[in-house]
Amino acid sequence: FAGLADVSISEDIPVEGEITVPVGSRSPDEDYSTLDEPVRDTIMRDLKAVGKKFVHVMYPKKSSALLRDWDLWGPLVLCVSLALMLQGGSADSKDDGGPQFAEVFVIIWFGAVVITLNSKLLGGTISFFQSLCVLGYCVLPLTVAMLVCRLVLLAGSGTVSFVIRLIVVIAMFGWSTLASTAFLADSQPPNRKALVVYPIFLFYFVISWMILTFTPQ
Amino acid sequence: IASLVMYLFAEFDDAANLLAANPDATTISIDEPVEIPKNQHSRLPEPGREEDDELLGTDDSDKTELLAGQKKSAPFWTFEYYQTFFDVDTYQVLDRIKGSVFPVPGKNFVRLYIRSNPDLYGPFWICATLVFTIAVSGNLSNFFIHLGKPTYHYVPEFRKVSIAATTIYAYAWLVPLALWGFLMWRNSKVMNIVSYSFLEIVCVYGYSLFIYIPTAILWIIPQKVVRWVLVMFSLCLSGSVLVMTFWPAVRDDNRRIALATVGTIVLLHALLAVGCLAYFFDAPELDFPAPIIPAHNGTTVITKVS
Repeated sequence: FAGLADVSISEDIPVEGEITVPVGSRSPDEDYSTLDEPVRDTIMRDLKAVGKKFVHVMYPKKSSALLRDWDLWGPLVLCVSLALMLQGGSADSKDDGGPQFAEVFVIIWFGAVVITLNSKLLGGTISFFQSLCVLGYCVLPLTVAMLVCRLVLLAGSGTVSFVIRLIVVIAMFGWSTLASTAFLADSQPPNRKALVVYPIFLFYFVISWMILTFTPQ
Repeated sequence: IASLVMYLFAEFDDAANLLAANPDATTISIDEPVEIPKNQHSRLPEPGREEDDELLGTDDSDKTELLAGQKKSAPFWTFEYYQTFFDVDTYQVLDRIKGSVFPVPGKNFVRLYIRSNPDLYGPFWICATLVFTIAVSGNLSNFFIHLGKPTYHYVPEFRKVSIAATTIYAYAWLVPLALWGFLMWRNSKVMNIVSYSFLEIVCVYGYSLFIYIPTAILWIIPQKVVRWVLVMFSLCLSGSVLVMTFWPAVRDDNRRIALATVGTIVLLHALLAVGCLAYFFDAPELDFPAPIIPAHNGTTVITKVS
């Protein structure tokens, strides 16, 4: 080490700085410590996120919360509950009954994937899972419509109940389409907006048709 | 010779421009040298072929064909390659739909509207809409026909959606494939002026199915005469678009083969319409209700079998 004794920092170059980690940034610590938090906190955090997104769908404003923190829990829950509620329409196992659980599931997910691919191929700037998230969450009004239809069908299945169901389904179909368009239309090139909105319209129309034609055995 | 050299220079210029814009794109140029001599043959002026220019579009249709061969220069495993098939605006799609419904006599749909920019948006979503329109209209029509009968219980008939989807997508993709293969095979034997790429044929077929969407909605009307008039009308419109597109491609061939090809195209188109009508829409009953004759002991009911 003899040679190093000659090395010295020249005195006219000030060396300054802080070695201590600033006290303010505690978030890296917080991220690591979610492993130790109670399970209820973890679940409640996710549930609150899902619930907040439901509220955003029911009152669609131009907020980016739905897009930024996408998750697929909400769409999964909605899809499963819708498929379960559409289930009882073909109890006598005839070939011409309503859609089965797997068919509803496949239609919703495959339809959402196709619409997302379509909007990306047309030049949209939204990411794949964000679009899936929005399309899945906007099924919420139609799930509410299905619930209302089943309740109305419990009361009777005549013309009056059909008219009520028709009005409810049409209103919820409009709500779904408008909500998803409000979230998705901004990310498209302006001269192709109609090309992107039309498949969304078709998608919710098919789901509404399945809901409207549900007849319990 | 000079025009051949000019064409080669134009092609190298465009290729250089494309490469400059996208330096790491691989250009697929396998079939271009074969295309140039064929286009050169067609550039020789021939008397009595004036209607070709109308049907071929403008004189730079050859140039657009050359450019089309270079436009899709992204490799097929990237996303950008498939984005080139969706490079249409709303007004372009609407124009193409209008062109398929109102055929202009003497104008070729491909040259006039597609102009070397075939898209997959139109064929795919028109087929999807047609599938659901036929299934929903068939269901509605059966509901109205059988409404009021005491033994009728409404069923949504959801299985028919998958059958409709299979049929229509198979028609929209396999028939163009077969037609394209056939035209390629005939092109190797007989020099044809006009040749279409596979995507252009898919495009024409997809857009020609658009007329069946309002037809399917109108088929809800439970009158046999109305339904058959609608079939004839829509068949004439979309069939004429197909005939005017493919007649220039087979005209130079043997007369019988040309007529057989065009006849097969129209026949398959008609078969699709009639098949959908027969399978998804029940035959409308006669107008008077079925007579019910109560027997004396009140247990037997004779209804008219339809």
